[in-house]
Amino acid sequence: MTVIEVADLRKAYSGRPAVDGVGFTVEEGEIFGILGPNGAGKTTTVECIAGLRAPDAGKVRVAGLDPVADHDEVTRILGTQLQESELQAKLTVREALELYSAFYDRPADWRALAERLGLTDKLTTRFAKLSGGQKQRLSIALALIGGPRVVVLDELTTGLDPRARRDTWRLIEEIRASGVTVLLVTHFMEEAQRLCDRIAVIDRGRLAALDTPSGLIRRTAGSTVISFTPSRPLDPADLAGLPGAASTATDARDGRLTVNGTDETVNAVITLLARHRITAHQLRVSDATLDDAFLDLTETSAAPSAAKGVPA
Amino acid sequence: MSTLTLTRPLSPATAAVLKAEFTLFRREPGSIFWIMVFPTALFVILGSIPTFREVGEAVPGLRLVDVYVPIAILTALLMACLQAMPPVITGYRERGILRRMSTTPVRPRSVLIAQMALHGAAALVSAVLSVLVGLLVFDVALPEQLFGYGVALVLSVAAALALGALLSAVSRTSKAANAVGAAAFFPMMFSAGLWMPVQTMPDVLARIMELLPFGAAAQALGEAAAGDWPSWSHLGVLALWAVVLTAAAGRWFRWE
Repeated sequence: MTVIEVADLRKAYSGRPAVDGVGFTVEEGEIFGILGPNGAGKTTTVECIAGLRAPDAGKVRVAGLDPVADHDEVTRILGTQLQESELQAKLTVREALELYSAFYDRPADWRALAERLGLTDKLTTRFAKLSGGQKQRLSIALALIGGPRVVVLDELTTGLDPRARRDTWRLIEEIRASGVTVLLVTHFMEEAQRLCDRIAVIDRGRLAALDTPSGLIRRTAGSTVISFTPSRPLDPADLAGLPGAASTATDARDGRLTVNGTDETVNAVITLLARHRITAHQLRVSDATLDDAFLDLTETSAAPSAAKGVPA
Repeated sequence: MSTLTLTRPLSPATAAVLKAEFTLFRREPGSIFWIMVFPTALFVILGSIPTFREVGEAVPGLRLVDVYVPIAILTALLMACLQAMPPVITGYRERGILRRMSTTPVRPRSVLIAQMALHGAAALVSAVLSVLVGLLVFDVALPEQLFGYGVALVLSVAAALALGALLSAVSRTSKAANAVGAAAFFPMMFSAGLWMPVQTMPDVLARIMELLPFGAAAQALGEAAAGDWPSWSHLGVLALWAVVLTAAAGRWFRWE
């Protein structure tokens, strides 16, 4: 069942398009990621979904409702954690939870929520005295306090240390396990790869790709990475001509070669080395990460050529 | 408050916002001092100067200490609405507090209304304190035209809140709101007569001050204190300012 529907969304600020024809649907129960470089239009898209901005054109529906026209109803279905949204500095965690509980007719039990988010021993602490991770956890609690069907989390882990980030990831998985659909906006590849069922990659206001994380990786040119240090120098042109090879690079410091290609390329590299009687030291074959896929997707739209020729 | 509750009950959400903002207001000792303590303290200090307690030629038939009760009240009002409130509201917008609230079923408008209600109420409590201290310490008679005094006071509160809302609207950051608030505070206090009561100003200057909201407020309160119905021109100036400032605040206010 579709909970969020976005079709041909357009929004411009003083004539400059921020979102230029984005469309996707989010299904009930999934963790859906919106990934993109800074300024790609992620936040604007989310603000249109939350009903904070009226689109210039296109359609946005949350559980079949228009977030602008049916704002009140949408706020009861959609919990939102916005980027850089603070609370009153001297408001304590407990007061914030009680205040936001009062906004809803049937709020979730804030004590249970505080327990789940590890805020129980911080109830009397003022917002300004909380650490970054604690502030984010409180933000998540406030987004969940109305018992929403969908929760929007925008740049949740930006500025958190690695441990707090991993704790937050576990929380997001728990939220989904409790039956809430998650729309996650991020620019961290690792986060998107680990958490999301599907990812919409947005670049300069347009949808660059929409797929599962592994689907995105597979579709990149050079999804298999082969690297080794040859026992004697090898002509990079030989490598570039191999079947499936998308790009090759030589590390100028130690002569280590990296070839991005396909499974076919791996065999071709081995055959080539055998023919030239070259030994490959520290041979490694690995899958490309979402990082590579993302760079490939967003670079492809920047330059017409898909091949990344990296100068040696 | 009770009549308001009877006629139009506050929704639980609005009541919760008001409660939370009241709790936060109590955690601002600076604001409480400048709004509730300072004006009366200043009035007591001035009143302890012997010449302030003598009937002079400056204001026929009155001691300066009598004239300074309305000035203390206007000081509290301007402290609340120009100095204390705009940085709070601007900070709420700057730090995304209003934005976060727009994603809930409660409109951020309710926070602004709560802020205005609290600062207006704090100024009124301070006004009562000034009147009582005037009565008990310096034997300043209670306003003889009590209803007229009340009308002038309500209009003054409306004009001051509207001016504060306008300052919050045009300031992008709470730092800017502090600066703009301070810049507006001194001319407004001058017109209210803090340094020189309007009644003692040279005629031309007094006429100009009467065209400003708090000059008109000082005159209207002074007239009502003396037992006359405040002149309609002063009440009219005050009401007109309140309307114009409210419209301007509404026109320029941005939620983010």
